Amino acid sequence: MSRWASCVAAAVLFALAPSAHAQTKKEAARNYGIGRGISAEQIAGWDIDVRPDGQGAPPGRGSVKDGEKVYLDKCAACHGEFGESAGRWPQIAQGKGTLASHDPVKTVGSYFPYLSSVFDYIRRAMPFGDAESLSNDELYAVTAYVLSLNDIVDEKFVLSKDTWGNVKMPNQGGFYDDDREKTEKVFWKPNPCMRDCRGPVKITGHAQAVDVTPDEKLQKRGVE
Amino acid sequence: MTDTTPTTRRRFLGGAAGLAAAGVTAARADNAKNLPPNVANWTRQLGEGVGVRAYGVPSKYEKDVVRRTVPWLTATPESSVSFTPLHQLDGIITPNGLCFERHHGGIAEIDPADYRLMLHGLVEKPLIFTLDELKRLPRVNKIYFLECAANSGMEWRGAQLNGCQYTHGMVHCVQYTGVSLKLLLEQAGLKPSAKWIMAEGGDAAAMNRSIPLGKAIDDCIVAYRMNGEMLRPEQGYPVRLVVPGWEGNVWVKWLRRIKVGDQPWFTREETSKYTDLLENGKARQFTFVMDAKSVITSPSPQAPVRQKGFNVISGLAWSGRGKVKRVDVSVDGGRNWRTARIDGPVFDKACVRFYYEFDWNGEELLLQSRAMDDAGYVQPSKDDLRKIRGVNSIYHNNGIQTWAVKPDGEVENVEVG
Repeated sequence: MSRWASCVAAAVLFALAPSAHAQTKKEAARNYGIGRGISAEQIAGWDIDVRPDGQGAPPGRGSVKDGEKVYLDKCAACHGEFGESAGRWPQIAQGKGTLASHDPVKTVGSYFPYLSSVFDYIRRAMPFGDAESLSNDELYAVTAYVLSLNDIVDEKFVLSKDTWGNVKMPNQGGFYDDDREKTEKVFWKPNPCMRDCRGPVKITGHAQAVDVTPDEKLQKRGVE
Repeated sequence: MTDTTPTTRRRFLGGAAGLAAAGVTAARADNAKNLPPNVANWTRQLGEGVGVRAYGVPSKYEKDVVRRTVPWLTATPESSVSFTPLHQLDGIITPNGLCFERHHGGIAEIDPADYRLMLHGLVEKPLIFTLDELKRLPRVNKIYFLECAANSGMEWRGAQLNGCQYTHGMVHCVQYTGVSLKLLLEQAGLKPSAKWIMAEGGDAAAMNRSIPLGKAIDDCIVAYRMNGEMLRPEQGYPVRLVVPGWEGNVWVKWLRRIKVGDQPWFTREETSKYTDLLENGKARQFTFVMDAKSVITSPSPQAPVRQKGFNVISGLAWSGRGKVKRVDVSVDGGRNWRTARIDGPVFDKACVRFYYEFDWNGEELLLQSRAMDDAGYVQPSKDDLRKIRGVNSIYHNNGIQTWAVKPDGEVENVEVG
């Protein structure tokens, strides 16, 4: 279990340990009788999240071939015909092998760890400005096409709940839980240096030389 | 004598003042007619009565105190950011209209009558709340800072934007009123397998993030007010999640749904975004806490030094790990440090205001500030951060900022080595 998860598990155990749980129920957890019950049907309309293991994925299916049509119609204007991006919109394809370089390109293929991370996002937020408009079949199809743009599936692939587990994202192992308290321990220091803490200081970079600050007609105020 | 009626006079003076305010120089130049021994115009005549300004706004002379954008940063204003004008503010509370904005699908305009919060998943009884129902529950009031994880993100490779509004303006600090998330979860009753929650917005991005249950029941708030009034639309009206000390992205605005689960969701926002890519190509995930950070807000590039002699350095500090315990200031680029004076309240996971008073004779200065918190964390130099993280991580840049003050009083964002 990761350190972070074990941390959380500890917190949860503490909160939900039998005695604490019982106590919560008896004393602290007053039921105010405010808030109403909700039907499964009502929940279903908003319950759109999908997890890495596919839990939450809706019924339906879509092929790479069908996805190409959806993509060209609804996605390519911003993301580019091949996922290369049009203008400053997110690039969603290629970028493999760039993460450790000076110019990392984070795409579905090079960076996203799970199929659900892209599927859930398209389902809730895409197309930009027309969210939650795709049918389930279109959603599966366009996701399949984006995977194919990243050479993760072949052109005959059909995405559905049945094939969900067959999709292996290349960068799934590329992440680990926050370890700052261990790897950056050097920043915890009781008595930071106050005098003669370093050698001569030189200016090594100027924001004015980069010249990308928006012009807001700053007044030049000299010394009076 | 119609031209001496208050209305006509006011119109005339309004026009004159409008001219004066058109340029900052004109607004700052004084007018001898209003100075002793003369009696000022605003003393000779009545001003506007009550009710004219039903919802008050700042003086027209303060009209350059606004959120600003960096247009080249993003493809579209609906998924973009505007920055708090830190250089024009003081104290610890950010006025509601100046709190930075970060939207992923524009500002949702939600009719409070149609607002609903759904609470479901691994709970005994799924519940749905109206806004009025949330307001009927016991309330808490807390002052917290909110910092975007990408604040100072453009500065990883060196000094880039010349103004603390742009380098540090994705932070604000307000008082929230709302319901403790723990209390809400108790209403639904957690199942023993519950370990994480997912918060989701009702905006056009339906922003969703996973939060460990330990944090959710520790200090999170389902908030509907900021600084006493209802949340501004830009800040999630009518309801947002408050996640004290953690990166702004998890403070889901326009909150419509909380789902309880037994594992994180690994949403796009917590994988493709808001993960910290290190030099070796691996990325840290779930880096929720915002480390201690500070910045001198004045002087700064947008707020130059105007006079020799006595000067006040003013700055802001905060830590997601607890209270800011101390802030030190250096005027020589970090060789020597003096402890600054913190003035005003010091709250857990809130901004504090610090001052450092000094005499300036026109020599060049390299101003820095460094915050320390009660967890013992000391804000690192940018180079010390880069040694561990490289320059690709975008998020969580809390390195020490350097402002160069030049002999003419101008201030520039610089990198020192």
